[in-house]
Amino acid sequence: MNDKIYKVILFATALIIPTVCGGVIYALVTDAYQAFEHFGFFKFLTSSEWSYTEGAEQYGALPFITGTLMTTLLALIFCIPFSLPVALFVGEYFKGTRIAAILSTVTDLLAGIPSIIYGLWGFYTLRPIIMALNISPQGSGILTASLVLAIMIVPYAASLSAEFIKMVPNDLKEGAYSLGATRAEVIRKVVFPVAGSRIFSSYILAIGRALGETMTVTMLIGNTNSIPESITSTGNSMASIIANQFGEADDLKLSSLIAIGLILFLITAFINLIGKIMIKRARIA
Amino acid sequence: MESVKPILEFKKTCVSYTKQTMAVKYVSAVIEPNTITAIMGPSGCGKSTLLRAVNLMHNLYPNIRVDGEILLNGENILSMEPIDVRRKVGMVFQRPAPFPTMSIYNNVLSGYSLNGIRLSKTEKDATVERCLKSVALWDEVKDVLNKKGTFLSGGQQQRLCIARALAMKPDVLLMDEPTSALDPIATAHIEELMQELQKEVTILIVTHNMGQAMRISSKSMFMYLGELVEYGDTETMFTNPIDERTKVYLTGKMG
Amino acid sequence: MDKLKIQNRLAKDKAMKLVVCLLAALTAVPLFAILGEVFLRGYDQLSWTFFTEPTPTAYRVMKAIENGEPIPGGIVNGIVGTMIMLAMAVVAVPLGILCGAFLAENSKSRFAKFVSYLTDLLQGTPSVIIGIVVYIWVVVPMKGYSAIAGSVALIIMMLPLIIRSTEETLKILPASLKEAGLALGGNRARVMLKVQLPAAFGGIFTGVLLAISRVIGETAPLMFTALGCSFVRYAIDKPISAVPLLIWEFFNDPNLQELIWGASLFLLLFVLTLNLTAKYFAKKWNQ
Repeated sequence: MNDKIYKVILFATALIIPTVCGGVIYALVTDAYQAFEHFGFFKFLTSSEWSYTEGAEQYGALPFITGTLMTTLLALIFCIPFSLPVALFVGEYFKGTRIAAILSTVTDLLAGIPSIIYGLWGFYTLRPIIMALNISPQGSGILTASLVLAIMIVPYAASLSAEFIKMVPNDLKEGAYSLGATRAEVIRKVVFPVAGSRIFSSYILAIGRALGETMTVTMLIGNTNSIPESITSTGNSMASIIANQFGEADDLKLSSLIAIGLILFLITAFINLIGKIMIKRARIA
Repeated sequence: MESVKPILEFKKTCVSYTKQTMAVKYVSAVIEPNTITAIMGPSGCGKSTLLRAVNLMHNLYPNIRVDGEILLNGENILSMEPIDVRRKVGMVFQRPAPFPTMSIYNNVLSGYSLNGIRLSKTEKDATVERCLKSVALWDEVKDVLNKKGTFLSGGQQQRLCIARALAMKPDVLLMDEPTSALDPIATAHIEELMQELQKEVTILIVTHNMGQAMRISSKSMFMYLGELVEYGDTETMFTNPIDERTKVYLTGKMG
Repeated sequence: MDKLKIQNRLAKDKAMKLVVCLLAALTAVPLFAILGEVFLRGYDQLSWTFFTEPTPTAYRVMKAIENGEPIPGGIVNGIVGTMIMLAMAVVAVPLGILCGAFLAENSKSRFAKFVSYLTDLLQGTPSVIIGIVVYIWVVVPMKGYSAIAGSVALIIMMLPLIIRSTEETLKILPASLKEAGLALGGNRARVMLKVQLPAAFGGIFTGVLLAISRVIGETAPLMFTALGCSFVRYAIDKPISAVPLLIWEFFNDPNLQELIWGASLFLLLFVLTLNLTAKYFAKKWNQ
């Protein structure tokens, strides 16, 4: 095989990725078109009606966009107090030691658990606890879903931020210690400022993960098609409404679900792009 | 022997990285105030290790043991709080590393902000000006004090790091090959500076460069395989070394 | 400086370390809680027939309930389905490796950077969306759900992972390796095949294992592509089951709840074993 054929073969396989991505966007846009045309793009985004009465079908994405944003945001809030300590534990306090390797393995395994099993655990263990604590009568809802979602994104955010914390040059840390700083002060005033924007970007990427998480949310969010009134109410996320209703949908409803898929795709792509750009921009000196 | 009270005294100081091997073996020496002492020796002889023991840098790494005594103004630092010791013993490292997220102004004051000490605006301004002047950087940076320190040249960055250490008004300044990453002109600058600094602070400098040791120091230590082989007046040591190993090192390198 | 202030700062330092350790340790709790629950509840359900019989029919379930017997049947239809779809999805391995090789060889070209960005995009795309798209691409034209559609979804999810691990592993190989191969007169294809790829084997293999463990537990995309099937089926153009699909079915069918934990235990063990094997290989290869 000569170099030319080799190059052509490599190039041809590399074309698969743009083809698949193009195909994804094309398929979503053409099949979502009917819904956008019927309801109007802006109306579809802002309508909170989701009713499939024959002849008077009304579909709007707002309840699900809200549901997704609420679960994601809450998951992020619950995730930070655990992922940041894990990152400091692995990347600073016990950097390179056995115990850090063990904790890394634990978080890796957490990341490996399939989302449907997280859903089961949330449903059979966490939901009864929520009910017992009288937080919400039915146990499922935005809060329950985001608690489990938080556990799912902790490993992701923690391992990324640990890498960035490890990258803070030892020179800087020793410089700070030589001026009489304690470790806590070095972390607060040197490690965080230096690695800060990258740590931030690892949370953006974690958000990207949480936005599209499907099974866990579907099993725990309670599946109601209206805008959630509080964090203890039930709702639906963009991913969960698709998972719940795609199977039996056709025509306008199918197109509406695909339109929701397109919106979810765009939001996720945007968030991931921002995260990646931020990581590249934030060079550590 | 003059009857000046020593500022720093090593008493059978030992440093070990592992149980079996000692990187520094039973070093004993007396350092007088306002002197510059050069610590020389081949790579791996323990000179940096000895220097880093003086501000308890080894405490940062759990496996390193320091034994014996190191007295600072008569008090054994090995039984003092590291953060307290390090305020009194400043350090300048091989590679200049100003804090990249702080301005030049804040870099000079970083010792205070790291230690959580609040200064008034006038105190701050005065400290910054005093320290930058004493490292001869004031004229070059007085108009860009709010810029990040990382934009400076290597030599300027190193002087900024010296200023940062001086701001804490240390009794002793440790310098670990401070010019090895710098060009000859920047090196000359720093050497000149050290002569001035000697008036306010006692300096211990680790250097590979014998010419540098000769130019700047009044006392010299020669270390070999963790031992302090010879310690005395720089001039005497260079012209008339007592120990055979010192002689070999000095001639081998110089010739 | 006064002693009190130093004590204060040291206390703060200690407190911070304590809090960090405590919260970090707490993070391990869910792992053990989940493993514990799945093991304890699933262990009793495992039996020989659990791996040899398919999902019970509604009739058998009713009969068992009437007689007060445990729910019969197992998950063999899901295991067979998962295996068939995985076997077809293996196509992703050579494709991913070639594409990764392209990215590593042309890292400076504009096109490669574009492909690299799109790989990230695909990797970040929620799996439920991959399900929708494969439904549109494959299920609609074929007029039905099928194992083929399911494996296309798996391929699309595995590709970016394999591409990334291949690219990254090839990039960290010393350049001298490639140069030595070329200097000996090998052409680029041969050097890649005989020198670079073998040298990168450990990293790529780890990537493939992780990719498989990632997709094997995926449920949402299979719901719209493979659909599920209550008996063992080997046809690739018909709806087929998979272990995660069965868990979803059991979850939704009040009569079949007893089977949930056995199926989950099987899936969890499978995924975590793959994961740990991958990690073990990565470590061994790095040495």
